[in-house]
Amino acid sequence: MTGNVKKIKLTDRSVEFLRQVEEISGEEITVCEQCGTCSGGCPFVEEMDITPSQIMRKVMIGQEDVLQSRTMWICASCFTCTIRCPRKLDVSKVAEALRQIELRLAIDEIDLNDISENELEKLPTIAIVGAYRKLTG
Amino acid sequence: MKIGVYLCQCGGNISNTVDIDAVQAHIDGREGIFSIKQNSHMCSGAGQKLITDDIAELGLDRVVIASCSPQFHEKTFREALSKAGMNPYLLEIANFREHCSWAHKDKPEDATRKAIDLIDAAIAKAEHDFALEEKKMQLGNDVLVIGAGIAGIQASLDLADSGKNVTLVEKMPTIGGNMTILTKTFPTEDCAACILSPKMAEVQGHPNVDLIVDGEIESIKGHRLHFEAVVKHKPRYISPEINMDDCIGCALCEEACPVEAPNYWEQGVTKRKAIYIPAPHAIPYKYIIDKEICLHDGNGCTACLDVCPQKAMVFDQKPERTEIAVDAVVVATGYDIFDAREKPVFGYGEFENVVNGLEMERIVDHITEKHPPRDVGKRVAFVQCVGSRDEQIGREYCSRVCCMYSVKLASLLKQAKPETDIYIFYTDLRAFGKGFEEYYKRAQKMGIKFIRGKPAKLTEIPDTKQVTVLVEDTLSRQIIESEFDLVVLATGMTANKSTEKIAEYLKLAKSDDGFLKEAHPKYRPVDTLVEGVFLAGTVQGPKDIPDTVAQGSAAAARVIGALAKKEFAIDPMLAFVHIDLCNKCGKCFDVCPVNAITQTENGKAFVKQTLCLGCGACISSCPLEAIDLNGYSNVQLYSEVNAALTSKEPDERRLLIFGDSSCAYRVADAAGVRKMKYATDNRMLMVPSSCRVTPNLIAYAFAKGADAVLLGDCPEKGNRFDWAHEFTKKNIAAVKEILANAGIEDERVFFEDFTAGQLAKFVDTMNFLSDKMLKNKAIDEETRQKLNPLEG
Amino acid sequence: MKIPYYPGCTLKTTADYFETSAIASAKALGIEMVELPDWNCCGVVGSLTSDDLIRHLAPVRNMLRVEEMNARGDIENENRLLTLCSMCYNTLQRTNARIKQSSEDLESINNIMYLEEEPYKGTTEVVHFFQLLEEMGFDELAKKIVKPLKGLKIAPYYGCMLLRPEELGIDKPDDPTIMENFVESLGADAVQWNARSICCGSYHTVSNKEIVVKLAYEILHNARKCGADLLITSCPLCAFNLDNRQEEVEAQYLDFEPIPVLYFSQLLALALGLGVEATAFDKNYIDPRPILKKKGLLK
Repeated sequence: MTGNVKKIKLTDRSVEFLRQVEEISGEEITVCEQCGTCSGGCPFVEEMDITPSQIMRKVMIGQEDVLQSRTMWICASCFTCTIRCPRKLDVSKVAEALRQIELRLAIDEIDLNDISENELEKLPTIAIVGAYRKLTG
Repeated sequence: MKIGVYLCQCGGNISNTVDIDAVQAHIDGREGIFSIKQNSHMCSGAGQKLITDDIAELGLDRVVIASCSPQFHEKTFREALSKAGMNPYLLEIANFREHCSWAHKDKPEDATRKAIDLIDAAIAKAEHDFALEEKKMQLGNDVLVIGAGIAGIQASLDLADSGKNVTLVEKMPTIGGNMTILTKTFPTEDCAACILSPKMAEVQGHPNVDLIVDGEIESIKGHRLHFEAVVKHKPRYISPEINMDDCIGCALCEEACPVEAPNYWEQGVTKRKAIYIPAPHAIPYKYIIDKEICLHDGNGCTACLDVCPQKAMVFDQKPERTEIAVDAVVVATGYDIFDAREKPVFGYGEFENVVNGLEMERIVDHITEKHPPRDVGKRVAFVQCVGSRDEQIGREYCSRVCCMYSVKLASLLKQAKPETDIYIFYTDLRAFGKGFEEYYKRAQKMGIKFIRGKPAKLTEIPDTKQVTVLVEDTLSRQIIESEFDLVVLATGMTANKSTEKIAEYLKLAKSDDGFLKEAHPKYRPVDTLVEGVFLAGTVQGPKDIPDTVAQGSAAAARVIGALAKKEFAIDPMLAFVHIDLCNKCGKCFDVCPVNAITQTENGKAFVKQTLCLGCGACISSCPLEAIDLNGYSNVQLYSEVNAALTSKEPDERRLLIFGDSSCAYRVADAAGVRKMKYATDNRMLMVPSSCRVTPNLIAYAFAKGADAVLLGDCPEKGNRFDWAHEFTKKNIAAVKEILANAGIEDERVFFEDFTAGQLAKFVDTMNFLSDKMLKNKAIDEETRQKLNPLEG
Repeated sequence: MKIPYYPGCTLKTTADYFETSAIASAKALGIEMVELPDWNCCGVVGSLTSDDLIRHLAPVRNMLRVEEMNARGDIENENRLLTLCSMCYNTLQRTNARIKQSSEDLESINNIMYLEEEPYKGTTEVVHFFQLLEEMGFDELAKKIVKPLKGLKIAPYYGCMLLRPEELGIDKPDDPTIMENFVESLGADAVQWNARSICCGSYHTVSNKEIVVKLAYEILHNARKCGADLLITSCPLCAFNLDNRQEEVEAQYLDFEPIPVLYFSQLLALALGLGVEATAFDKNYIDPRPILKKKGLLK
């Protein structure tokens, strides 16, 4: 197989991964009708490698490589998708669940040492607190 | 009195548990009981012959049968009585099977005691039965059709052709409904006006149709194949004596009129004057003055009158009212289009180049003209599912027609202006009907592009007024942020606001999506739960023209069937007034939820039996018990209660249940059928509705030995009598006061709702209340005496 | 009137001028903002998972303090907690909603907080300063304005946290009017613009600055294009991203013209005729004084 197109299987593990994400997020991911409104309205979509609706689809079919995507780290929980979804699903909660799955394995996304002195002086407290709460375990 | 008692063994189903011989011994020799017979199957031919023979040979004047639940064979037994020449309402049934032998299979002694109490109650009731005649209501030929859109027109034509007298009322100045606003229709692309106009002309000219335009139903009441309505005729301000045959069609009035307003039938795409004809194919083809913009009243303008050769204007025309009485009603009031201002993300009403579905119908209709009123530009986008399939605005339903109408509008536009670049942004493309899929493919062949994604937001570019659409193409996983010259919001159908009042007056239920509710979604799609009222068209839910026409004809067929009998037999278990007892106090006049109680000339109360539904709500309003109910009269219920409680021992407890015939009684039956075991200390009496049970009756029950009283009824939502719960709660509050005054503090009066399927709930309730009665203090005899309303 | 006030971390550090201008304005309107004793971090960024109850502890502690204030008599019959920072507002409100929905969760949190004197009863309500003004009535507010900001075109920037999700917001998320009403009560013109509730990039400003720079450009550029003289905001993170980050925006986008971003309370203070200590225009990164002077609103 030399191309990029993959064939995948739907297994018990797929089901378990979906269940895990649904439990942490509290969202019924199988209800997603893939309309794409979340992706269309997301202010951060151009920084992402896969779109928010694609996250929902990958979780639904149990593709755990979704955890390797940058998308959930780019999400800033701005809730634009939350107020737009015609099925009233909260995509921001699904992104949070995916972040938590990684963070709870004690894999932090940011490190204080990477921020320059200059920046640390300028940055408002809320930015540092917020970033740490969101991006570390 | 010569009561014939028949004890059915039910092939062992009763007699294996209930000691029938003991029952027989208990009632043998009692005054009034002329004969007692046992039989293995009373419902069989042989069993019924037994009854008919005995009536003829023994001269019986009452029949009491101890058998299965009345819901199974009451009708059969009544017919047997009729065949023998006896009034069918001189029959009572004691429920020995579902309520005794099956329910308490494990406790034969208790089952027998319960059976004895139930037959005592049935006999006591039978003693007060008297012959009832089924009132025959004459059915006429008159039908009211509300709404003259295509559904109402089709129904009217079918009804009129079959010989019915149709009054067709339309609130707008022309008939035709929303279909007059459409351009061509899918999937055939025939023009809406062309297929509608012949039907409009036919209905206007039909000898059996009385067409009323500018007509509003101001009030309508009735609920059983008899309805009375007041129709308000709104003024047109044009003399009704002048018809278009006299008018020379000069249209000078229109030319002369100085003011204009957006034309509703053009959805504002073009304008019309204050004096105008709604549409080129309007029927009636007659002018109307829009007083809201007309300058006559304010400025004394008479521009139109001055030029009219017929002097046809009547500026001070007043509304008129007519009263009509009909036997059936077809509600065909159609839909409203969703107001897209409810979705601010799409900029409707703010952005110049965002229009809705109906507006696009008019734009496309004019697009082939040399100077169309509105151009579309180079690039056009359609946004599907606006106002439907959207829980954010509480509209979960799919509007069914929008996919196809967008395909149609795109196809028509592309044919008229091939250089236009058209995109349809959808989530699912629903092309379910005959010819729809093929039509969709033809649209794709024309080069119309379908992109699977729901736009998140539209923004307007300030200088060019182009609209930027922001959407994910879910199939290629790319975000499109691109400008369009025109964006069409495929707005869905929504429930019509003007239907609200009519639904309220006629007590028509609504479905969750806001449209009117059909009696059953599968096999009664055009009936309602109100006898004699039918639905047709989009008032019942979004649908296209073929389905609407089909429903129009279906509703007509249902009306014809309902009125075919010419005579409608009303169940005689209705309210009546003991004229000698009535003291004209008037407390019952306003209490009836269907306005069946009136005051006669002599001041006494009178029940209009054509309107009465026999619920019994009025009974508790009369302080003298002068208003009563056939089949469940006051004296009958008191006698039943007394009989059911007589055998109680002082150390025992009794729960007396008044179960409504639709639900509570049935769920008890169902529990019996399933042989579910529960406490044996309860006795159930049937009532038509819980609201029949008066505070006095409940107090009487306690006086005679009840330790708790339960009222059972259907849930409030979907109840045959949607007022029942309100009345029952009031009655219970009243009796609780009486109990409290007598010193009974603990909870003893209960009200529960059951659906016929809630067996577990019923069983649990029986057991719970059995325990509760034991926990409560016993009520002493002295207190009980104080509660008896029939003494002192 | 006296009302318990929750400042939050940043209003005591880099955004102190938000607090001073708000407190001074409130005072001029007859509102005494009584700082919550013993307050802790609001808990930002609020947890969105269903199983992370411990993250709701910090917000609940703050709301407990309000009940304590009432019990002690430090405040009379005031169960509302006033916030200025949008993120504090949203975080506290989210926890409050969760507690109200689930008495089990409240009990669990009270059990964890066993060292507190009293358990939290769930009576506190969280309000934002704008809601307080709305309650007073924007017409009433207009009457109290000493120096109407005539001719000033203000683009109200809502950001995310004041409006979303709908159950927690102070106004309808897709069509809000509260800030526009506020602007008009100051005598100024509220600009109609497209980016008023697009996210500023939030905490990405720490480790993903480019995202913030791009969004800041889009937001500020749109405000300018729609005719705004300046923006107002209610969030120290938005203020930083839109004000301080203009340095980076200018470096990256050649057509970018700097535009002042103020805390709404600074303009409120100006309109109420308060002095330079209250308006604190020297603290803003992009100086608003030139444009204010040009409009004749500052000497």
